[in-house]
Amino acid sequence: MSQNKIRITAPFSPETAKKLRAGDQVLITGTILTARDAAHKRLIETLKKEEKLPLNLEQAVIYYTGPTPARPGLPIGSAGPTTSGRMDKYTPTLIEKCKISGMIGKGYRSEEVIESIKKYAVPYLVTLGGAGALIAKSIKKYTVLAYEDLGAEAIAAMEVEDFPAIVAIDVLGNSFYEQGQAPYREL
Amino acid sequence: MRKIEAHILTEAVKNLCIEACYKLPQDTYEALHLLKETEKSASAKLIIDDLIKNADIAYQGEFPICQDTGMAILFVEIGQDVHVEGNLEEALNEGVRQGYVQGYLRKSVVAEPLFERINTKDNTPAFIHYSITQGDKIKIRMAPKGAGSENKSLLKMLVPADGIEGVKNVVLEAVKKAGPNSCPPMVIGVGLGGTMEICAINAKKACMRDINSENPDKRYAELEKELLALVNKTGIGAQGFGGTSTAICVHIEWSPTHIASLPVAVNINCHAARHAEIII
Repeated sequence: MSQNKIRITAPFSPETAKKLRAGDQVLITGTILTARDAAHKRLIETLKKEEKLPLNLEQAVIYYTGPTPARPGLPIGSAGPTTSGRMDKYTPTLIEKCKISGMIGKGYRSEEVIESIKKYAVPYLVTLGGAGALIAKSIKKYTVLAYEDLGAEAIAAMEVEDFPAIVAIDVLGNSFYEQGQAPYREL
Repeated sequence: MRKIEAHILTEAVKNLCIEACYKLPQDTYEALHLLKETEKSASAKLIIDDLIKNADIAYQGEFPICQDTGMAILFVEIGQDVHVEGNLEEALNEGVRQGYVQGYLRKSVVAEPLFERINTKDNTPAFIHYSITQGDKIKIRMAPKGAGSENKSLLKMLVPADGIEGVKNVVLEAVKKAGPNSCPPMVIGVGLGGTMEICAINAKKACMRDINSENPDKRYAELEKELLALVNKTGIGAQGFGGTSTAICVHIEWSPTHIASLPVAVNINCHAARHAEIII
């Protein structure tokens, strides 16, 4: 893991996406979009039916999270990452058809997703699982954009400042999980 | 016969839900500090430090430890000399409802698993395990359980010939499959024996034991240590980024079983091994 934290802006520019390397620690400022299981399912079903999506996802950085409700006076509740693997079935379509610029979640991805990451230069970042209180401190605004009926699973824009993340799979297909674990793997 | 009014249980469950989601148990909190000392990877030490910071922020009561405030699992031990005045089950569910709404916790339960999956919007129903005990008290243990770790549960019906090696393989298989998804350092509960469902409940109970406790049977206590050492050789480490802190502890709970069976269940908690209890 890099010791220095790199400041980047979301949505990710093609230059940013390409320069990030597995293990880089980053602090993200800008706008990211939340979407998890139910929202992904609806987006993909809409695309299959060749209907119009409720919002434009081009260049979006998708954050897999379903926050707790905000207390009065606060922008959001706890908002850590959920397991990205559950989105694997839908992700190649979001990368190829919707042209998203990045993903943030936790955990491993499928071979198909890694192929899309490489082919379309869309990096996969992770943030700390089970640290939703710490992460919430970097989220300044939360605005629901679509699928409000899904509650915590709605698609929302999050304005973030110095949101902490680590590059898990870079656009060359390098995995920080593999690099990090290998030196300590005895069985 | 001691009488307890149902609304007292509602109030108790409400408070347990909120306490469990905001206040990391002291044993877990101390265990994280200890792990930070013993961890060999410098990167993992930083990660563990962030997990401690997260617990400190949550303790102040504005942000839950994790956004997945889970399904509400209740273990309710009812003394045989207690009479609950009112509807016991409704009182417990009402406690969950009030706790999740008033505590600004996420509602993560769908009413039906396969077709429409509509959110119940108040995190009910609770998932309740009742047992009848001696005395005139009621003990309620509440454990919010998120899906990141619950989805990585594993149950295998081994046969006696599979023995200790078979058990080790099942635990390792579960941990490797869980990897970063279960937010390690994990607390690992292993159920042995019983029937399929008893074995699974044993695993869940094992997850809820005090971190520093060990099985009262020395052979099983030794196996707990051996399993922990094995799990920490997988290299997965804190958050799956590599290191020696894949698990905080491995606990075993066992039951008698059939002459032809050796059921093994693995239930995993993330580093936020949340639970709270009260005796009324």
